[in-house]
Amino acid sequence: MIDFALHNAWLIPLLPAIAFLLIVLVFRPLPKASAFVAITAMLISFILAIHVGIGVIQAGDAFVEHPLKYAVTWFEMSGLKIEMGVQIDPTSAMMLFVVALVASLVQIYSLGYMHGDPGFANFFAYLSLFAMSMLGLVIAPNLLQMFVFWELVGLCSYLLIGFWWHKYSAREAAKKAFITTRTGDFGLLLGILLLQINFGTLDLQELGRMIPNFTEYTTLTLGGLTAIAAILFLGPIGKSGQFPLHVWLPDAMEGPTPVSALIHAATMVVAGVYLVGRTLILFKTVPGAMAFVAFMGAFTAMFAASIAITQTEMKKILAYSTVSQLGYMMLALGAGSLTASMFHLMTHAFFKALMFLGAGSVLHAMHNEANIWKYGGLKKYMPITYWTFLIGCLAIAGIFPFAGFFSKDLILEVVWAASTLSGHAHGPFQGLYTVLYIMAAVTAMMTAFYMFRMFFICFHGELRDKHAHPHESPFSMALPLVVLGFLSVVGGLVGWPGLGEGKAFGYFVRLGEFEVVHANWFLIISSTVLALIGIGGAMAVYLKGAISHEAIAKKFAPLYKLSFNKFYIDEIYLWLIHNVLDGLGKLLWWVDLKIVDGIVDGVGQGAKITGSSLRRIQTGQLQQYALILFAGIVILVIIMGFADTSLAKLSLLGGVR
Amino acid sequence: MSFPVLTVILLAPVIGALIAVFIPKEESKIIKAVAGVTTFISLILTIIIYIIYYTQHLAVGGFAFTEDIPWVTDLGVVYSLGVDGFSLPMLLLTNIIGFTAVFSRSWSVEKRAKEFYILLLILITGVMGTFVARDLFIFFLFYEVVVIPIYIMVIIWGSGSKTKAVTKEYAGMKLTIFLLIGSAFLLAAMIWMYMEAAGLRGAPTFDIATLASLSSQFSGWFQIVVFGMMAFGFTCLLSMFPFHSWSPDGYAGAPTAVSMIHAGVLKKIGGYGLVRVGLFILPIGAKFWAPWIAILAVANVVYAALICLAQKDMKYVVGYSSVSHMGFVLIGMASLNIIGLNGAVANMFGHGVMSALFFSMVGYIYGATKSRYIPDLGGLAHQMPIAATGFVVAAMASAGLPGLVSFVPEFTTFVGAFSVPALRIPAIVALTGVVLGAVYVLRMVANVLFGPRKEEWDHVEDIKGSYMIPVVVLIIFIVGFGVFPSLLMDMVNSGLEPIAAKLAEVTAASAGQIGGNL
Repeated sequence: MIDFALHNAWLIPLLPAIAFLLIVLVFRPLPKASAFVAITAMLISFILAIHVGIGVIQAGDAFVEHPLKYAVTWFEMSGLKIEMGVQIDPTSAMMLFVVALVASLVQIYSLGYMHGDPGFANFFAYLSLFAMSMLGLVIAPNLLQMFVFWELVGLCSYLLIGFWWHKYSAREAAKKAFITTRTGDFGLLLGILLLQINFGTLDLQELGRMIPNFTEYTTLTLGGLTAIAAILFLGPIGKSGQFPLHVWLPDAMEGPTPVSALIHAATMVVAGVYLVGRTLILFKTVPGAMAFVAFMGAFTAMFAASIAITQTEMKKILAYSTVSQLGYMMLALGAGSLTASMFHLMTHAFFKALMFLGAGSVLHAMHNEANIWKYGGLKKYMPITYWTFLIGCLAIAGIFPFAGFFSKDLILEVVWAASTLSGHAHGPFQGLYTVLYIMAAVTAMMTAFYMFRMFFICFHGELRDKHAHPHESPFSMALPLVVLGFLSVVGGLVGWPGLGEGKAFGYFVRLGEFEVVHANWFLIISSTVLALIGIGGAMAVYLKGAISHEAIAKKFAPLYKLSFNKFYIDEIYLWLIHNVLDGLGKLLWWVDLKIVDGIVDGVGQGAKITGSSLRRIQTGQLQQYALILFAGIVILVIIMGFADTSLAKLSLLGGVR
Repeated sequence: MSFPVLTVILLAPVIGALIAVFIPKEESKIIKAVAGVTTFISLILTIIIYIIYYTQHLAVGGFAFTEDIPWVTDLGVVYSLGVDGFSLPMLLLTNIIGFTAVFSRSWSVEKRAKEFYILLLILITGVMGTFVARDLFIFFLFYEVVVIPIYIMVIIWGSGSKTKAVTKEYAGMKLTIFLLIGSAFLLAAMIWMYMEAAGLRGAPTFDIATLASLSSQFSGWFQIVVFGMMAFGFTCLLSMFPFHSWSPDGYAGAPTAVSMIHAGVLKKIGGYGLVRVGLFILPIGAKFWAPWIAILAVANVVYAALICLAQKDMKYVVGYSSVSHMGFVLIGMASLNIIGLNGAVANMFGHGVMSALFFSMVGYIYGATKSRYIPDLGGLAHQMPIAATGFVVAAMASAGLPGLVSFVPEFTTFVGAFSVPALRIPAIVALTGVVLGAVYVLRMVANVLFGPRKEEWDHVEDIKGSYMIPVVVLIIFIVGFGVFPSLLMDMVNSGLEPIAAKLAEVTAASAGQIGGNL
């Protein structure tokens, strides 16, 4: 079975694809059957993914340097050959597991959450299409296949954000998501083209072999390669919601909550991180690009956290938190650690999916009332949601021994290491990493604060909305919460410091040599203290009411307003789109109508005027014709009289012949 | 002599038109059925020869299913037909769109249906003929056959617009005059080439392959001038900036079936001719003009895409978007290498099926609601979910979504363009069209299909019955060629290899010779 799974991993994305086709073509009128088909296919894929994972672990580090690759030609011509295939290595196996797991759980959860929705069958069709695309992206052995599925997950995201398309807000959010990520994809596609032109291949292993010695294979300079890396990075900026293209992700919460959990927290949005991870060798070759990635990551982490503090909707807070955590993952990559980034990606998938599904459970109970100030005291109405949500909050805050503790600490550790490494590793940017470390640590505190702010407002105190009748969710919704809650507790143990070869997460998922992680007590204690300060602050303000949050908001009114209004970035973009882009469109249309068309019509008019003026000659009056004839003869005679003989001869000859 | 399959494909719609003449005009359903059956016969035969060529002739390349009947011997005109990897996709495209256009919806066609279908069938035959002709004279003859029905169809069954003071008569006239001016240049260029060839080899010929074999003997300045004339003629047809202004007006004015055929295939005759005649026979001329074409191509992409943003009439959005997409075709051609050419030609196919579906859906919605004005519409997915599905598929194909027909061609085009250092900057600018393309189609999708239900459209009916045919057939091809691009790319590659080889030869023969001749 393990062998079968390893050598037939293409089945993993294919099964959901078949489910999609079956639902669309056959089962759409039968909602229950559609869900059954989708979930069955997904679970088989998940089982295969588990077996792939076991196979990879059993193989030790065999696949780290030499991934298992199967590929067929997608299309080819002289000088361009593109393959479609499967590349199995520990990183992709880990992603396969995470994606298939969360996708399975979310589909089960949706049975309850989407119950009775008129688009129930469609919903499962889209989820299957998404699973296919995401799994295809994960196993891609080349960048173009990655791009293909990258765009397809974008399509699914579009369809699912806009799932309730009859709402203005959903329709606009879907459009915004697609266009914003497309803007980033411009860079990604350009980067891919430049790699193809310069290296003649898009195969990840080939590129990995060639890029470190790029001077041998290409005429590129270091600056040129840095430019390619920076351009390529635009794609991940868009997809993974990094500043300044993060604006679509909070709006994407218009989609049904299972979608937010699956696509906009656990899987699709990490595609950008995954892509940078897959091409990390490119970034590592050029230190400037590394510093760029690290800075964007750290800045986004802090920026998004500062917005999350003041938001009033559960899903919005979680969305900004996702943006912030994605920033962490980018930061880890920028510090050169594939291990830390992928580790956090995995634990984040567990606890953030958990919290989104928990938020969905709350929304379900509160009949889609989104404002957290209407909640309160939900602890006693929905205990399963309460306890699992608490686990999620503790995990993201980085409290021992929850999953987030290990991964977040590892990120802090690698950033710290990057700032203290002796000179050459990051060249002139070493000092930057010290700043980034401080930013990351402060963000950790903010994270703990805003998470527990939300937690206390929602689950503690008294129910503020007197008309609501909250209730615990059905079994299909509670089960995924429990499974994810369990993983959020124990999922981090694979990164326990001191684990050696064949056991540690970093032994499998890595780029370069394996190093045993040693506990750095200074970092552990300081980050735990920061997290506790954050939780304590939230407790003081929102649980005990020792300090009035309204008073704080008033005292820092300008800052509060900036944060509450998301730094007005949406407004700036809107202004630019309405005035610059649409203005340009209108201007060019005017040019097209008045100038380009004007010339065309002018030529037409010219012909018409010439025609109508020449028409006057044709009067039909014999006297006039005779007059003109006579005048012509007179003119001819005059010409012949005055001109020299040769010309006269010519005209005479013409007359005679 | 074997079975003259190409002649049969050409004649099937003509026979349909002849049958239709004898059917009383009240029986419009029977006339439509006749048109459907005859175009279906052509489509099936084309698919069969496509499969035969793909499986048997692909390795060898060259023309297959040839027919040669001397026609006007004094002039050296031969009725010679044949298909290779370049013309077969175009022939297939014509037949796909011809067949589906019969079942498209235009409310204006409800009157005088008989004349409409007769003209449509003649139009389809004309377009097919240009793609299977191996003789320049025959090519031109078929091309002229196309212009007349288009004019009549636009001015009789066309419509004006709410956003621009344009009548159908104006649109039809503008379109026709543009095409005729273009074709005047083509005719002149063709005759000049014919005379020049007659001087070189002693006997006159219109045979494209023979003319191409002489291309190394044509002088540099001759090639530059004649290619320039030809490029003007063909790019007018392909709606290259600044000769594009007939195209949005024409499409907006035309009835659905004509828009589908015009944007889908007729336009592609320009691209086809430019490569088959221009690049193949006059490679030095092509090298001279390529940079200019590339720059105008960029203008096509960006300029038209930005104008799309300002449009409120659905047909104008699709019309300008087709101008924008032709920029991708032109930039691929201007790269003058096999990858770019493959991309350009595959793009013509991809844009063809995509825009046919787009126009068909827009036309259906227009037919049902009697409005194309975007602010009037909205939330139509409530009333017409199937039309909405087709619309979204077309929009996604237009935005170049992978897995649909136009992604691989666009990618290939850009690889081709980027491999020419001089074209890198234009290509990067043109790549922004990928983003702008998503903006304007998604805006239209959102404003037409999604949002709250509008009660005033509750009376409209969703697509059903024979109106389903365009949606189903076109989506099958859009997805099929998108998921298995080698079905298209292998074909195109085999057809374009001789042409690309010739261009490579000219490049290798160094630019010094051109300079000398200038």
